[in-house]
Amino acid sequence: MAAHLSSGRVNLTALREAGRRELREFLDKCAGSKAIVWDEYLTGPFGLIAQYSLLKEHEVEKMFTLKPGRLPQADVKNIIFFVRPKLELMDIITDNVLREDRGRAPQRDFHILFVPRRSLLCEQWLKEQGVLGSFIHREQYSLDLIPFDGDLLSMESESAFKECYLESDQTSLYHAAKGLMTLQALYGTIPQIFGKGDCARHVANMMIRMKREFPGSQNSIFPIFDTLLLLDRNVDLLTPLATQLTYEGLIDEIYGIQNTYVKLPPEKFAPKKQGDGGKDLPTEPKKLQLNSAEELYAEIRDKNFNAVGSVLSKKAKIISAAFEERHHAKTVGEIKQFVSQLPHMQAARSSLANHTSIAELIKDITTSEDFFDNLTVEQEFMSGIDTDKVNNYIEDCIAQKHPLIKILRLVCLQSVCNSGLKQKVLDHYKREILQTYGYEHVLTLNNLEKAGLLKPQTSGRNNYPTIRKTLRLWMDDVNEQNPNDISYVYSGYAPLSVRLAQLLVRPGWRSIEEVLKMLPGPHFEERQQLPTGLQKKRQHGENRVTLVFFLGGVTYAEIAALRFLSQMEDGGTEYVIATTKLINGTSWIKSLMEKLEPAPF
Amino acid sequence: MSRARADEEEYWHSSKFRAFTFDDEDDELSQLKESKRAVNSLRDIVDDDDDDLERVSWSGEPVGSISWSIKETASSSASSLEGRDSSLQKGSSSYAAFPKQVSSYSLSSLFKGRNKLPSFQSLSDALSDTGAKNYAPELRRPKADYKDYSSDWSPKDTVRRMQRGKVCSLERFRSLQDKLVLLDEAVAGHDGNVITAVLIFLKRTLRREILFRELEVRQVALCHLIHFLKETGEQKLLLDLLRLCFFSLSLQLSQYREHLNIQDVEKRREFLKGCIGLPFSAEDTSHIQDHYTLLERQIIIEANDRHLESAGQSEIFRKYPRKASILNMPLVTTLFYSCFYHYTEAEGTFSSPTNLKKTFKIPDKQYVLTALAARAKLRAWDDVDALFTTKNWLGYTKKKAPIGFHRVVEILQRNNAPVQVLQEYVRLVEDVETRLNLATKYKCHDVVIETYRDLKDRIQLTAYKCKVERGSAEEEKINSILSNMVRN
Repeated sequence: MAAHLSSGRVNLTALREAGRRELREFLDKCAGSKAIVWDEYLTGPFGLIAQYSLLKEHEVEKMFTLKPGRLPQADVKNIIFFVRPKLELMDIITDNVLREDRGRAPQRDFHILFVPRRSLLCEQWLKEQGVLGSFIHREQYSLDLIPFDGDLLSMESESAFKECYLESDQTSLYHAAKGLMTLQALYGTIPQIFGKGDCARHVANMMIRMKREFPGSQNSIFPIFDTLLLLDRNVDLLTPLATQLTYEGLIDEIYGIQNTYVKLPPEKFAPKKQGDGGKDLPTEPKKLQLNSAEELYAEIRDKNFNAVGSVLSKKAKIISAAFEERHHAKTVGEIKQFVSQLPHMQAARSSLANHTSIAELIKDITTSEDFFDNLTVEQEFMSGIDTDKVNNYIEDCIAQKHPLIKILRLVCLQSVCNSGLKQKVLDHYKREILQTYGYEHVLTLNNLEKAGLLKPQTSGRNNYPTIRKTLRLWMDDVNEQNPNDISYVYSGYAPLSVRLAQLLVRPGWRSIEEVLKMLPGPHFEERQQLPTGLQKKRQHGENRVTLVFFLGGVTYAEIAALRFLSQMEDGGTEYVIATTKLINGTSWIKSLMEKLEPAPF
Repeated sequence: MSRARADEEEYWHSSKFRAFTFDDEDDELSQLKESKRAVNSLRDIVDDDDDDLERVSWSGEPVGSISWSIKETASSSASSLEGRDSSLQKGSSSYAAFPKQVSSYSLSSLFKGRNKLPSFQSLSDALSDTGAKNYAPELRRPKADYKDYSSDWSPKDTVRRMQRGKVCSLERFRSLQDKLVLLDEAVAGHDGNVITAVLIFLKRTLRREILFRELEVRQVALCHLIHFLKETGEQKLLLDLLRLCFFSLSLQLSQYREHLNIQDVEKRREFLKGCIGLPFSAEDTSHIQDHYTLLERQIIIEANDRHLESAGQSEIFRKYPRKASILNMPLVTTLFYSCFYHYTEAEGTFSSPTNLKKTFKIPDKQYVLTALAARAKLRAWDDVDALFTTKNWLGYTKKKAPIGFHRVVEILQRNNAPVQVLQEYVRLVEDVETRLNLATKYKCHDVVIETYRDLKDRIQLTAYKCKVERGSAEEEKINSILSNMVRN
């Protein structure tokens, strides 16, 4: 089930195991049969830690989604709420508890498990409603960093960026620091910490303080990570705005990947069986899990989409040939051997079928005129063309009332690539947007301005060309099939964040001091002392392991770029990636938009 | 207006910048097809069982995953629920009168803490608190945990304890000085949970003016309190806070934001009116002023039109009944609406398009686009014509489109304009290449033929012959041009 977690350089199964252990311990505290009432948001992340079978082993007999009203009947001794500490959820729980039939025998016991933290505020809220006393166990489950893949961890904290930059609420950074402490407890103290950005500085400070405050925290585990690199998302606002062009990136851009699952339109996946006549086409979306446990997916996920077709066709030939073997199987022994291979071949075939269908779906979109036009404009901006005037394509899109998020992505991209827009240009865009989509969006525009994504050019100087040239963010000769540089993930644009990681290893940040100063927030280096016995003596040729933590979110294309660097023969560094949330431009902008529909209560 | 396609193409080929193109278009497609073919051909060999192999339900949820099981267990219990529910219903009513079970598990008087109860209460609670387990394996219980419980926690220790989920009494912090130290300590810890808890304590124990005054110089804490008040819906206090604290831009906007929660249009209008006076940035003020004016306008138009529609006197409303109310729609939508229903009205009326254009300084382009779309939808081709006709001072008429005629053609085509109408505007497209493309695409034969004639392109013209109907006027036209060309 979790084999893919141990495939990387760092065995992340241990982290998952720790999470499972904690869960079991909690469940055992509530003796007897139980039902879990889930905050629906949590089922995805929890699914990456545990399957239903684990819960069942610990007497979880029923599971429900949290909703107002009377709790469903279930003959269990315990009702456990698994919730995020949110006030609106506390209201629902209160409603559930108050409607519980007090006369029923035997009575059911209530418990709450807060994820990731107990909240004094929520408990106070419950108390005011007069139900706090109904809960026997109120505990927390610190699901800080969830293992997504062999080299990928996420906190799945949707609003981390918004909270940090719009609401000055740095709780998510506190959780990030705690997550890193847990990680160090399992994989040893990380001797070197680098960082860029205000949030990075905060997290490093918190880590150092936490370590100081818990003198017992000196552990005796041999360090697996050599370096931690903390990067603020606001150091590189550009990358998430551009359309990702890797296979996985495009799947996320178009369909959205949630907790490694993607939902796809079912038409292309209809089981084609003779005699069916295509009568009952499935109407529910097809849901697939995407991770490196699937051999084919691991091979193509990080490729530029233009290079995916050839891999799929090669695979098809290999599989066809393998099935042809059956004609050559003459003896009983040969047939037996063929049959024994069948399950593996069938798996490979179904995997190929799925990805061929997905590639077709994506191709329909990438070959559309609008996709091309949009990309053309993006690439113009990123290479520094016409970033200082009103763009015709954007104007056209507004006039045709394309989705607002698309417009905002482009306008923000232009702003970032021009170190802010000229006041006249900015005012023009704002007016067009407000007149076409509604004045209330002034709130969203304000949020974007506050986050630095959309702003007037204040200094009167455009720093982007200098940054672009120094960091080689735009590469003219990009090879999509056999890439030699990370810029292949955006067909020309090399993600700034990953360039920073790359340059840190070689030749070091000292060489780019000037540019680092142009980017927001401080850059720094810290060392954590190790006892002499634990200091690493590196074998010749052994790769270093760097943990890159993106505070405020990371895109799949950036992950692909880091994996590309890990695989470079002379790279010398392997990367493990952690983040507060896996994002793309759309989900990111959405998280910054003001929710305009009135609250449901 | 927009760069012509041809230019764009040339740009991409000549410049160094690469677009995301599929150079090997056919190859790529055939590759996908190939793998698909292979996959399909294999189906007869390996049949049916692949569902078992994947072990996923159709929705893709692996069998046994959590979200899958929720559905499973929930649906199985739902069926048994009904029968049981009814039998229990009878009993439950008699129990409803029972007093709410009084909790024996009392928590510290953390927030509301009545002084009647000695501090002993909170002490025992702290001891009985089992939730303070620390999950990070590395972080062994700090020494502090083994110390005797004392009520003498320093602000720093208190914050640390709260961060670890322990219950602490804050009541000891009596002086303003102490409370502020506590707050600063909480802010330094970055844990919003604790910051909010401290704020609730301060909110309860400090005079409002003092609290607000102190928050003015503590922006982070201020943001947390605002967020908390928003979430708990303490609107009055929130607005007081916004009013009393020095005004920063975001605070004004958060007051403006309140209008979204007001359902009644009249009240919403009044509220927006109140917002205009707030010291926004000059630019935001004008947007909010416009928002107010627009809503005011919409209320008048809506009342008027609803009356007209129900009276059934007006033809346009009979023919095209309104699908939705115009209230709270964006400006451009409102303009479309007024171009649709009120196009011919004099500028003096609130609902006339020209009035809207003037009041909101709608740019020409935007206006023309919207008016065109509205009139084309009504198939009012004369209005469309008038939209692009300008007279110069000598009285000559000239066709002009601020949005470019290729866009005009696109919009007309989308509204199923007849070829005769379409043709007229295709002819006005300046760029020859675009004109030819559009004319060919929409079968405006005359335009194609005339363009080739002007280009003196015999070959293309001959080739085009097979695209027109045999024996049609178009064919004749081509033939006559061709023979004329020969004579020349």
